[in-house]
Amino acid sequence: MVIERSVVDHVARLARLDLSEEERARMGAELSQILAHADRIQALDLDGVEPTSHAVPVVNALRQDEVKPSLEQEESLAGAPAVEAERFRVPRIIEEP
Amino acid sequence: MSGRYETTVGLEIHVELATRSKMFCGCRVAFAGAPNSRVCPVCLGFPGTLPVANEKAVEHTLRIGLALGCDIAEHCLFHRKNYFYPDMPKNYQISQYDSPLCLRGHLDIPSKTGSKSIGITRVHIEEDTGKSQHVGGDGRIASSEYSLEDFNRAGTPLVEIVTEPDIESGEEATTFVTELRALLEALGVSDVRMDEGSLRVDANISVRRAGEIEHGTKVEVKNMNSIRSVGRALAFEEERQRRALDEGSPLVQETRHFDEKSGATSSMRSKEHAFDYRYFPEPDLVPLEPSAHWVADIQKTLPELPPERRQRFVSEYGLTPIDVGVLTASSSTAAWFEDAARAYAGDPKKIVNWIIADLFGLLNVAGIELSACRIAPPQLAALVTMVDAGTISGTQAKVVLAEMFRSGSPPREIVRAKGMEQVSDKGAIEAFIDEAIAENPDVADKVRGGNPGPLGFLVGQVMRKMNGQANPKVVNEILHAKLLS
Amino acid sequence: MSGRASTPSQEAPLQWRTATELARGLEARELSARDITAAIIEQSNAVEPVVRAYLKSTHERALESAVAADERWSRDTTLSSHDGVPLAYKDIFVTRGVATTCGSRILESWIPPYDATVVSRCEGAGLTSLGKLNLDEFAMGSSTENSAFGPSRNPWNTDCVPGGSSGGAAALVAAGGVPWAWGTDTGGSVRQPASLCGIVGVKPTYGRVSRYGLIAFASSLDQAGPMARSVEDAAALLQMAAGHDPMDATSIPREVPDYLEGIDEGISGMRIGIVKEFEGGGTQPGVRSKVEDAYRRLEKLGASLEEISLPSFEHGISAYYLIAPAEASSNLARYDGVRYGYRQADAADIVAMSSRTRAEGFGDEVKRRVMLGTYALSAGYYEAYYGKAQKVRTLIIEDLERAYSSVDLIVSPTSPTTAFKLGERTSNPLEMYLSDIFTVPVNLAGNAAISVPCGLSLDDGLPVGLQLIAPALDEKTMFRAAYAFEKDLGWAGTAESRPPL
Ligand SMILES: [Mg+2]
Ligand SMILES: [Zn+2]
Repeated sequence: MVIERSVVDHVARLARLDLSEEERARMGAELSQILAHADRIQALDLDGVEPTSHAVPVVNALRQDEVKPSLEQEESLAGAPAVEAERFRVPRIIEEP
Repeated sequence: MSGRYETTVGLEIHVELATRSKMFCGCRVAFAGAPNSRVCPVCLGFPGTLPVANEKAVEHTLRIGLALGCDIAEHCLFHRKNYFYPDMPKNYQISQYDSPLCLRGHLDIPSKTGSKSIGITRVHIEEDTGKSQHVGGDGRIASSEYSLEDFNRAGTPLVEIVTEPDIESGEEATTFVTELRALLEALGVSDVRMDEGSLRVDANISVRRAGEIEHGTKVEVKNMNSIRSVGRALAFEEERQRRALDEGSPLVQETRHFDEKSGATSSMRSKEHAFDYRYFPEPDLVPLEPSAHWVADIQKTLPELPPERRQRFVSEYGLTPIDVGVLTASSSTAAWFEDAARAYAGDPKKIVNWIIADLFGLLNVAGIELSACRIAPPQLAALVTMVDAGTISGTQAKVVLAEMFRSGSPPREIVRAKGMEQVSDKGAIEAFIDEAIAENPDVADKVRGGNPGPLGFLVGQVMRKMNGQANPKVVNEILHAKLLS
Repeated sequence: MSGRASTPSQEAPLQWRTATELARGLEARELSARDITAAIIEQSNAVEPVVRAYLKSTHERALESAVAADERWSRDTTLSSHDGVPLAYKDIFVTRGVATTCGSRILESWIPPYDATVVSRCEGAGLTSLGKLNLDEFAMGSSTENSAFGPSRNPWNTDCVPGGSSGGAAALVAAGGVPWAWGTDTGGSVRQPASLCGIVGVKPTYGRVSRYGLIAFASSLDQAGPMARSVEDAAALLQMAAGHDPMDATSIPREVPDYLEGIDEGISGMRIGIVKEFEGGGTQPGVRSKVEDAYRRLEKLGASLEEISLPSFEHGISAYYLIAPAEASSNLARYDGVRYGYRQADAADIVAMSSRTRAEGFGDEVKRRVMLGTYALSAGYYEAYYGKAQKVRTLIIEDLERAYSSVDLIVSPTSPTTAFKLGERTSNPLEMYLSDIFTVPVNLAGNAAISVPCGLSLDDGLPVGLQLIAPALDEKTMFRAAYAFEKDLGWAGTAESRPPL
């Protein structure tokens, strides 16, 4: 299983990682190696096996609809890299959600 | 022309649930408030925080699912929908993917043939995003210089309701949204304010030539901020797509933005957008398994829903389908009508006429909702009863209603204060009648000669003398007795 | 038994006493929290230039808190039996007002506005924090070399790693710089460094300890765990934080038993399984011989050992290195330079800003795993990778359930090797991942496990750890067996158990 450069580029875009040329090359090789190990489970016949997403015997963990104190606005914004008009300022958004 | 084409519409509707606190944290849910003042480490996605689902939001979703006749899942999961966007604190949205809470329902809406069933694919729970404000340019993303993020709305509980592509026109979509809105309002699960964004409608619309089996190219329409714009936007799209088919120009699968001012849609996504949401089960939340007992309890508390109410209004009050449609478009209007009708001994149709013809007019002019109206329903009943009893005339009643609307005072008080009460005392009226006959002997003679035509003139004279407060019925009776018998 | 005579720790200097012994001293009014804290801080400062365990020390504050604790002792208003005993946290626990970095540049400037549940519970018991300890960035690693702020070192041999990712905590506890500490274990991150540093480390049942305020690596696997110099201390520290937390939906709403009650009842008649599939597994001879000694000791103590087969375990590493990175890729998406932490300020648009922020703010291992996880979840690969891994997880759980029908506990080495040299495995990520081979299946199944020292390897004189695995929520049996083993080995608390710094 060798991961192609185009796949590395696509995944880096999805993951929002601006990787350097050198990192992309190295990443491709390393991921290929790790996935080659993971490929062993590809061979397993797992039809009819239910996937486990939660290894904990709990269901319906719900909270009552009660209001708890929020942070002070100051605290919410305290760690922000950029603030304007009581809001988090971000550079130009280039696409709609 | 239109017979040559068929339109297919499916809707995706996001509804903010009316809970006190957010979906996964204890922050208050509220429309207004200083920016970033209703946020906490959880809804800001701070490192180390965890979501815990709001029971009331789940209950509301179950109510919606049951009211739409859905199957309720015995086991369902929350999923993460992963994509980067600055209004989303965790850069994933907690939603439900391949195991939603409610599946396969329907909503019956009024149609020309009586009623049409629109399939509901699913109803699932998710969380809302924050709000971006775009600075610079015309205020839209494309031309802005930078953006500002307010996370007060982030984490507000939402349900997403997805319909089957059963809707066949913009008009039908409008009816569907109106009906759904009334249903949600009756259930008490949401404010359903499209203007405040607590109900948001996206549509998928495609047009094909009549008889074709394949659906046409699907276009997604966004930014329809009122029920009226749903109709306008879809009508525009229907027309645009028909014309494209006529001209043989290609349609592309895309997302289009509706502009309220121009009434037109325009392409929102210029380049090919490869979405890959990498859904996977949300490991921070455990499965949801609503017990049969819980579901049954909720089913028991469902209020009367608009379709049932419509039937009952026809059978119980003998109203026309058109009147019923108007009254039940909102459950608060329906309840208002019923409160008034119950306080009234006469024909409920009279109450309906007063509401639709007169009260709605006043509301319209004032630009307010019935819920904000100062008239209590029994007061309208009292007003109509006064007209029936001849205490005031119909014309006077309209004046009184306007005053009730303005001041909130009971009709009796207004009538008394304005001195509108009719005089029905025969002795008092007779004196004025005799005066009128004496002043107009030739008119009186004509009537005596068997011509009742000028009788109206004499009635008018009497009324003028009595400043309009004479009961016209009594005046007529006495004149008849004096001149014609 | 070792050749050197064991020193009763009651006479040991304060920094070498266990938390339980310190608590007894406080209770008897023979010790003051102030003196204890000062002595431990002194030891901490003495070893820090060598082990480099701290990311942020809060010694001043700890001394103030110690004085407050002494006041409470004098007025009989103590918060718990351990009021005034110092502890430390892996810097993955969120602490209000105290920088919390998770070993990453991307969080270098972050001062949290809230406390983790573990932290508030320990503070509620009067424990005083000496500070925040080093770790692999976002807990991704087995050596602490992936910390953005430089590696910690193993006090037994400072050319060696302390293990990871809770390496700072393991090194400091082992070096006498703090009696106990909280680490986290996603695939072995408490047990493996405990093993490599010669201390006790516990991975409780998933859901036993609240994850609220624990910076997420892989949410379905992460669990906070105590690290200490005795089984009794580890049990007592777990006791303090265990139990349902309404802020964590995955925390188990069940009563916590008294872990210390009956801990000394022995293991006579206990059935213990040895995993057939773990034979070989690249285990070093020196490790193997110590662990086999340990098996014989358990038998001598009255347990019956039997071989069990857990065929799915061989796929544990494959499944783990798909599931953990997948969850991590999503958990770490929030570090985008918008709300907190580092931002690359020159970028012209939001996509460039967050992509460059993340490329500069994350280290290599984090980027590697985010890439791997994003890939494993992406369209077209989900079923083959993430989906299959979740099914392997089911098989591991089923294998364990079968095993527990015939045994009470399962035993194995904690790590196939003793501590390795710094830099030795950094160039080969896969080799590094294989050091988790014995610990990872426990996280996948959500079971409990403990690593308890079983002496020093004859190969290199470095500590070896024995792992005891218990069914979910059966920490009590696990502690009882570990305690019996520890007592019989007679190593803990002796001068021999202290690294030659
Ligand atoms: Mg949605
Ligand atoms: Zn909140």
